[in-house]
Amino acid sequence: MRLIVPLQGVVQGRGGLILGSIIPGALYYFFQLYLKRCRSAKPNSNPPSPSSSSAQLADLSRSSSRSNLSSRGSVGPVRVSARANSIAKPNASPYYIGLEMASEDPYDRFDNPDGIMQLGLSENRLSLDLIETWILENLERSMIGGADGHLNISGIATYQPLDGMMEMKIAVAGFMSQVMGTTVSFDPSRLVLTSGATPAIETLCFCLADQGNAFLVPTPYYPGFDRDMKWRTGVELIPVHCRSSDNFALSVTALDQAFNQARKRGQKVRGILISNPSNPIGNMLNKETLYSLLDFAREKNIHIISDEIFAGSTYGSEEFVSMAEILESEDFDKNRVHIIYGLSKDLSLPGFRVGVIYSFNTSVLAAAKKLARFSSVSAPTQRILISMLSDTRFIQRYIETTRERIKKMYVAFAAGLKQLGIECTKSSAGLYCWADMSGLIRPYNEKGELELWDKLLKIGKINITPGSACHCIEPGWFRCCFTMLAEEDIPVVIKRIQRVVET
Amino acid sequence: MAIETDQQPPVGLSRVAVSETHGEDSPYFAGWKAYDENPYDESKNPSGVIQMGLAENQVSFDLLEEFLKQHSEASIWGNKISGFRENALFQDYHGLQSFRKAMASFMEQIRGGRAKFDPDRVVLTAGATAANELLTFILADPGDALLVPTPYYPGFDRDLRWRTGVKIVPIHCDSSNNFQVTPQALEAAYNNAEAMNIKVRGVLITNPSNPLGTTIQRSVLEEILDFVTRKNIHLVSDEIYSGSVFSSSEFVSIAEVLEARNNKGSERVHIVYSLSKDLGLPGFRVGTIYSYNDKVVTTARRMSSFTLISSQTQHLLASMLSDKEFTQNYIETNRERLRKRYGMIIQGLRVAGIECLQGNAGLFCWMNLSPLLETPTREGELALWNSILHEVKLNISPGSSCHCSEPGWFRVCFANMSEQTLEVALDRIHQFMKRRCDKEKLGHV
Repeated sequence: MRLIVPLQGVVQGRGGLILGSIIPGALYYFFQLYLKRCRSAKPNSNPPSPSSSSAQLADLSRSSSRSNLSSRGSVGPVRVSARANSIAKPNASPYYIGLEMASEDPYDRFDNPDGIMQLGLSENRLSLDLIETWILENLERSMIGGADGHLNISGIATYQPLDGMMEMKIAVAGFMSQVMGTTVSFDPSRLVLTSGATPAIETLCFCLADQGNAFLVPTPYYPGFDRDMKWRTGVELIPVHCRSSDNFALSVTALDQAFNQARKRGQKVRGILISNPSNPIGNMLNKETLYSLLDFAREKNIHIISDEIFAGSTYGSEEFVSMAEILESEDFDKNRVHIIYGLSKDLSLPGFRVGVIYSFNTSVLAAAKKLARFSSVSAPTQRILISMLSDTRFIQRYIETTRERIKKMYVAFAAGLKQLGIECTKSSAGLYCWADMSGLIRPYNEKGELELWDKLLKIGKINITPGSACHCIEPGWFRCCFTMLAEEDIPVVIKRIQRVVET
Repeated sequence: MAIETDQQPPVGLSRVAVSETHGEDSPYFAGWKAYDENPYDESKNPSGVIQMGLAENQVSFDLLEEFLKQHSEASIWGNKISGFRENALFQDYHGLQSFRKAMASFMEQIRGGRAKFDPDRVVLTAGATAANELLTFILADPGDALLVPTPYYPGFDRDLRWRTGVKIVPIHCDSSNNFQVTPQALEAAYNNAEAMNIKVRGVLITNPSNPLGTTIQRSVLEEILDFVTRKNIHLVSDEIYSGSVFSSSEFVSIAEVLEARNNKGSERVHIVYSLSKDLGLPGFRVGTIYSYNDKVVTTARRMSSFTLISSQTQHLLASMLSDKEFTQNYIETNRERLRKRYGMIIQGLRVAGIECLQGNAGLFCWMNLSPLLETPTREGELALWNSILHEVKLNISPGSSCHCSEPGWFRVCFANMSEQTLEVALDRIHQFMKRRCDKEKLGHV
């Protein structure tokens, strides 16, 4: 925390966000990113044990009372909740530590060539230029003004439906359909809009599970799930391990095993969470797998949450198949399927905070709609996006261009890694590749993996995400995001990895 | 492919999902439904229901529109391409530095510079609804309680309790002393909780009060602060209407009380604010938690990941709120217009024979219809509320939905409509009272 203040002083002197050139702006951005990534949840491959966590809580209370000078003379500092205590702990996960360090010392080709290159954040910057242009050409018209130029603020100032304006839902439903190849249509009345996919998934957990219940989650999975799904809900995540031997494919047998083991422990499983396209692997589930998942869920009478946030970020030859598409064509029980989406990845607008819960279950929708009040989308932002998303010609051009650019980067990046003898799993979507560096770690276990991660970060000055942070059962795998880089940066990345690996 | 078995029970939902704690079946919200089905419109539906149950401020929209017209760069991110890009990618839970600074300075201006706010203690949330829930998650565990003076905003039942599992134990206030909080009432509420084996984690006050429309006196704030210090619990001061006080000298923020004590013991105090009422921008979803407690600030910040404000909105408002000339003019003009409106409704009600609690803030008045009740009970109040809704076609909020211990009080909002509409509403009330009077004269009740 104390590190932030002097850095902020430096950045503020440059005139803030609007003025100033790209470089201080980028610095400022990376810096803010570091601040944002100071989360504390520690993704642990072991199931949480009550005794150790309460010991941690006790430690925390003691240290906080030592440092709390103003409590001298009273009965001790006023206490916060157990939930707060667990979040107040500093980060221990490499996922967050790496993000922090990279933002403290961000690489810049000209201004900071020895800085840390950020490959640990799945953000797509490749096509922001298209959006910028659209905004500059269309903003004034779309924000508040009508055709006659008369400003009327009441359309965005007053209370709007807290789960999103109907116009926005229609626009987002249309976008989802377009981005998924128009093979499926989305019903706007089945949408609940939230301020980002983060609250979307938390809200769904609140609706589908009670404290202490669990979700089955295939590994490796996005480290953020540990925070988003567990913190305030009290829900547990049970990892279902997938292996490289079958390309990390999801097996129903493994799900079944995990389900039965949970039952033996007395733990109630309420659903399965899949991410499709997968983060961090970048593969997509085929129709067969989706059907077997539905069968499994029906047999156990549990829910399926399908996080499809990368649905539009595909670059392979396969077509993406949404859960919604399967349900449209078959006579499955739709009440157990819920889809998560958002505009942070496919539309590169994480700052605007737009997430989606899409459900076929009217009771879930009713509850989620009411809960959306705690995480609503800002009205002026909805206004701009309604305009942008309804410009379907622009959106089509954007989707196609972004796909081409992601593919180009992926090919170049994977080829670069291959030069070093590092193979990636065959992937067709996402903003990253899943690289096998198991041959480069010593010993062949989590410790060896983290040592390599540490060396790459501190000596190589590259931040990538180690598989253990994603609960991967096999050591040596790393997620490398490449959509924040420019093409010229790729050789630099490869050289740096080479330097570390060859010592 | 799948064979459906009709005998299978439907896939289950959580307790949170099926709970009634959202409270949307209460009269507070039933009146809204009646309005939605038959909304008043000056020209298109002059006999429709007039919405007087929504505390929204529409009296100063012209000032906002004027600003936006003259400062289009606020919405365009300037001509430099880089401005937009960074903003589009910005999802840092610390929030835009420029916006936090502007927020802190706006809060200072509202308090006439009598309190200082540090931008680094400002935590941003998507609305005060989220801020209150977030604070509750942080300050209390499931099963614990917050003490809240009655009558209180009906939304608290949902916002403070639903997902958090925390309880509300009321601090009873009554008209004998204009519904002010007393030390006795505080103690009684605390003991009440203890007797039920419930752990009290804090007191939550709304200052100025919703639904009373009054500011809390300095001496009462001192007493409340002493009480929470003695019990070593938290104090949350929801100051969402702090900019809607009719006379600037009459509002005392808890921040001022703390500063007078050199901020001693301030780590138990947290202020909630928002732009939904004072600035009339509820659609923007802008709320904040201002905490004097470092741990609460850090934790709230992290937890705000679930409720971040759009970076675009932050940018727009940073521009607006850091324009001190604009904000000073806005605060003064808005205050004056609200005062005028308040005067108008009070006078109109008085002419109709209805008295209100003497108020000095907010977007509503606290009306006393107890003389009209057939029986001095909650049922009597609801019966009266029903006839006002269906005969007079006015949606007002019954005191029972605010947990008022005395039946017959109603909250009536006056800032979410034009002056003409307010005149129509007052006229309807006048006619209603006249009819009642005539009925009584004729021996009917």
